Amino acid sequence: MYKIETEAKGLVSHGVNACAGCGLELVFRTVIRALGEDTIVIIPPGCAALFSGIDNVTNIKIAGYQCNLENTAASAAGVRAGLDAQGNTHTTVLAFAGDGATADIGLQSLSGMMERGDRILYVCYDNEAYMNTGIQGSGASPYGAGTTTTPAGKPTYKKDLLKIAIAHHIPYAAACSAANLPDLEKKVKKAKDAKGPAFLHVHTPCPTGWAYPPGKSVEVCRMAIETGAWVLYEYENGRITVNRKIKELRPINDYLCLQGRFKHMTKADMEILQNETSCRYSELLASEG
Amino acid sequence: MAQYKMLDGNGAAVQAVSMADVKVVAAYPITPQSPIAEKLSDMIARKTMDAQFIRVESEHSALSCALGAQLTGIRAATATASVGLALMHEICNAVSGMRIPMVMPVVNRALASPWSLWCDHQDSMAERDSGWLQFYCENVQEIFDLMLMAYKVAEHEKVLLPAMVCFDGFFLSHSMQKVLVPEQEEVREFVGPYQKKNFWLDPADPVFINDLISLEEFTEMKYQMMKGFEAAEKVFADAASEFESRFGRKLQMLEGYRTEDAETILVGMGSMTGTMKHFVNEQRKQGSKVGAVKVTCFRPFPAKQMKALTQNAGRIAVFDRSAGLGTMGGPLFHETLSAVGSHMIIKNYIGGLGGRDVSPATIRRMYEDILSAKTTSNVPVWIDAKEHPMEIREVLRYV
Repeated sequence: MYKIETEAKGLVSHGVNACAGCGLELVFRTVIRALGEDTIVIIPPGCAALFSGIDNVTNIKIAGYQCNLENTAASAAGVRAGLDAQGNTHTTVLAFAGDGATADIGLQSLSGMMERGDRILYVCYDNEAYMNTGIQGSGASPYGAGTTTTPAGKPTYKKDLLKIAIAHHIPYAAACSAANLPDLEKKVKKAKDAKGPAFLHVHTPCPTGWAYPPGKSVEVCRMAIETGAWVLYEYENGRITVNRKIKELRPINDYLCLQGRFKHMTKADMEILQNETSCRYSELLASEG
Repeated sequence: MAQYKMLDGNGAAVQAVSMADVKVVAAYPITPQSPIAEKLSDMIARKTMDAQFIRVESEHSALSCALGAQLTGIRAATATASVGLALMHEICNAVSGMRIPMVMPVVNRALASPWSLWCDHQDSMAERDSGWLQFYCENVQEIFDLMLMAYKVAEHEKVLLPAMVCFDGFFLSHSMQKVLVPEQEEVREFVGPYQKKNFWLDPADPVFINDLISLEEFTEMKYQMMKGFEAAEKVFADAASEFESRFGRKLQMLEGYRTEDAETILVGMGSMTGTMKHFVNEQRKQGSKVGAVKVTCFRPFPAKQMKALTQNAGRIAVFDRSAGLGTMGGPLFHETLSAVGSHMIIKNYIGGLGGRDVSPATIRRMYEDILSAKTTSNVPVWIDAKEHPMEIREVLRYV
């Protein structure tokens, strides 16, 4: 590992202990680069805790701490209040958590924070399962996905986390993707200046959990957008904008067939997922404006 | 000039928090703590207290918010009771492990199930190994005083451990008593401004706190916490003598009451110790050589002091206000037995659970039992249980 005081460029050290091809690493580097050093980051246990470090070594030159799994948003709210009490309104408080810590066990404290309107930038890197503990199914795992706790494929749909965030009437929320870093960076900068909670939901490919070759992270993630399995959109000042409109969605199978986690899906299952994906995309387009 | 105020226990805790330069309060209401959350939010809204109030959605978030806030280098506060404290359990260990010297009033209330709104010590006893200092209050004045002491002791650089100031739900939380409240300036001089020690969050001087620790250092970090508890005994004594010289009231980790020549000693915690003292006075009038030990500081447990106070007694009766299920007695009994040894007759009495009053009659029954005891017993006596505890309800069958 590099000595970050002397050798590393930027705020995240070169060579971190993430898996080869990890989409999260791209996302984390992009978010931290966009925010700069006047940031305090709160990271729960999970893949992002690889950046927290181990023992006396850390991978980041940002002040922060590792909270518990379900209290990322509450921890960030406390830090924000502590800074505000000392007249520091300039430092960005960044909560950086996975889909497990956000959509499942941490949903309550996230909801509390968003409802109160605390000025927190909350980034959920969604790799669609509990990857750090060994690929167990999460509320954000998609329909049909095989995980170690949904070995026959997940029988229910992915929880619509961004809609839940939007239902809290927060000033800014957006879906982002590791396949489009300029878009992610733009949204991070917007979120940073929000007058209240800002929520970024980032589709984060995981070669280990999704079972595809590590070199194909961006390709897989891009195909999610082409098929409508992931839609880049923004919610700002009460309005929804779909950032990248797809003239004709590619069949969902083009996305599924790239990954081992869907390999056992039947044709009927694929049709169910195709319908859900198409409907959701149309609904989003209809909700624009 | 210090002034007398009529305050209930919750009010005394609020008074102390508001005078201790606390900058962030995050609290979730729970009976019988709710007035603390309400009063602090009211004072902050009216700007009679210069702080931020976070209206959290649970106790788990309350302590999480307070932890995050205090890590930025200010005093933060929360307060809770009963199942609220149980919900905080995970974060209690995070706060102590991160060596954040937070002070938290705990209004003692039984844990569910069965549901009870009323006092016993099961909630804070369940946290006795969570790495917090624990003080227990006899009356409302002591709540105010021990809150100030808690800041002083917890924040000392040799201690750096959080502190619970525990007081009996309703018996103290809702009991109006006369409290001598010092001037703000006097409190400020005693408690001092908050000094961030160990580590804190500062973007200009970044450090990442609380990452994963391998087996190389975990044990040593727990050892350091143990040394913090060890240091707390002397720090408490020093702080108590400063407190006495400033405010005129004597606070001790253990208070021996007429123990010098006592042949029998009653040991208790919390509001029941007032009743114990009253009972001791009544018995002394009749020539009985009885005394009492009030345990103010349960963590750290002042074992040497307990041994010194009880060394000449022949009989010790320990009253536990939590059930101590599945073992030989309640937590206070175990601590006391370990401290004094079993060369005298020592017995455990369980009572006052779920709000049952620890009356002079209950204390008398305990006293009579310990006087007639032939040997030390490892079987606790449920001193205020009904005569047929297994048959409290008749089951009606509809056929």
